Amino acid sequence: MSYIKALKCRECGREYPKEALHVCEYCFGPLEVAYKYDEIKKSLTKEAITRRPANMWRYRELLPIEGDPTVGAQVGFTPLIRARNLADSLGVKELYIKNDAVNYPTLSFKDRVVSVAISRAREMGFKVVACASTGNLANSVAANAAACGMESYVFIPFDLEQTKILGTLVYGSKVVSIQGTYDEVNRLSSEIAGKYGWAFVNINIRPYYAEGSKSFGFEIAEQLRWKLPRHIVVPMAGGSLITKIWKAFKEFEMLGFVEGIEKTRVYGAQAAGCAPIVTAVKTGSELIKPVRPNTIAKSLAIGNPADGYYSAKVIRESNGWAEDSTDEEIIDAMKLLAETEGVFAETAGGVTLAVTKKLIAQGRIPVDESIVISITGNGLKTQEALQGRLVLPPVINASLKEFDGLVKSLEKKYAARG
Amino acid sequence: MAVKVRIPTPLRKLTGGKEEVYVQGGSVTAVLDDLERNYPGIKERICEGDGKLRRFVNLYVNDEDIRFKENMNTQIKDSDELSIVPAIAGGFF
Repeated sequence: MSYIKALKCRECGREYPKEALHVCEYCFGPLEVAYKYDEIKKSLTKEAITRRPANMWRYRELLPIEGDPTVGAQVGFTPLIRARNLADSLGVKELYIKNDAVNYPTLSFKDRVVSVAISRAREMGFKVVACASTGNLANSVAANAAACGMESYVFIPFDLEQTKILGTLVYGSKVVSIQGTYDEVNRLSSEIAGKYGWAFVNINIRPYYAEGSKSFGFEIAEQLRWKLPRHIVVPMAGGSLITKIWKAFKEFEMLGFVEGIEKTRVYGAQAAGCAPIVTAVKTGSELIKPVRPNTIAKSLAIGNPADGYYSAKVIRESNGWAEDSTDEEIIDAMKLLAETEGVFAETAGGVTLAVTKKLIAQGRIPVDESIVISITGNGLKTQEALQGRLVLPPVINASLKEFDGLVKSLEKKYAARG
Repeated sequence: MAVKVRIPTPLRKLTGGKEEVYVQGGSVTAVLDDLERNYPGIKERICEGDGKLRRFVNLYVNDEDIRFKENMNTQIKDSDELSIVPAIAGGFF
């Protein structure tokens, strides 16, 4: 049973059939999926959701596919960790980490959007799937396409981390590396999508694709025992995730699953070397001024964010704020998260934690209310960022005496025998 | 002499298929008004009812975004070029 009503322009409200369309023909605004909420209200309950398998499809009435998912049936329901050690370190009371660093199958939140996009693309009859990507999306499109036997093309900027390139090639995807920034890759991809008629998950399939991110928000609310966090910090690249988390919270409230959304504040995090949305929030501007990115957080390096305007709007609407963090702060935060909670997040996670620290220090996030930090990708993919930033292990011979000497030099006391 | 206006694919139905047209005007507003006189129906695709530029349409005067100049009041002189570019998913047509 399908609950998709139509596609609807976010700007002028014109409706379109539920096809592979993403732009309003009339005013060029982006299209969004509209649902038959009346019917969902009648059939979906919290109890029903709770009984379903632990993956993102437990919210399937609120995800835009017509039949069952044909790829990525196991994606989602990643851990929400009560981060007590990190909370102590930051001096706050109630802190959680939503950990999509362990999302299935490619260790980032992109598996959520891709399983929706490819399942929907197959319903519409596409044979080739493609994307423009800063890396995580590339991995996910390649893996999920392989899993359902589809051909895939992945377009990336030439300077991506090696791990993300290898982690795309291994699935047999056709990877095309473009001499240019992500924004240039994206522009070329738009032209290719038009000419070749492929399913570009984040271009012509975007209205469906983007909805997958809502599951990140649904899960947080459910995992907090059907409560909304008072504060949530979200990394921003194109800016889609933050808007969809907000939409997820609103949908749950509308369905009567949670209450008190007016108390929830949403905060956006970007790297200082690519912070067009943060700048707009801080200056109170409706315009997003594109920038040329320069940051180690490559997964966030989108200088001309497609959903920048809407992200800034969500932040304002929820009385949140936005901040950015330098490369140095990003590395420190990655280490802090790993050392306190055993979570190795990618550079984007460093951005999000560093910004959270800043917002707490500024008093914008109070220390005694619930806070969720959104971790969207895995540190194993961005290890290059840590090169030269960690103290390398001491090298000794296989001799107990040398080890004793090492322990002595650490000036620590252990209850050693003999 | 006149101002050259570059028309994006989705609006060419209104210009009889023409990619480039020539109109008169000393500012962006004036150029768009003259464009509307010559190709009725085109202005409402570019501007809101109150004359403000639509959020997902970019206008460039000689490759510079007017939002970072003087917006609709940006001056235009003969031999300048005005490009109408819908913003799509962070990219451009």
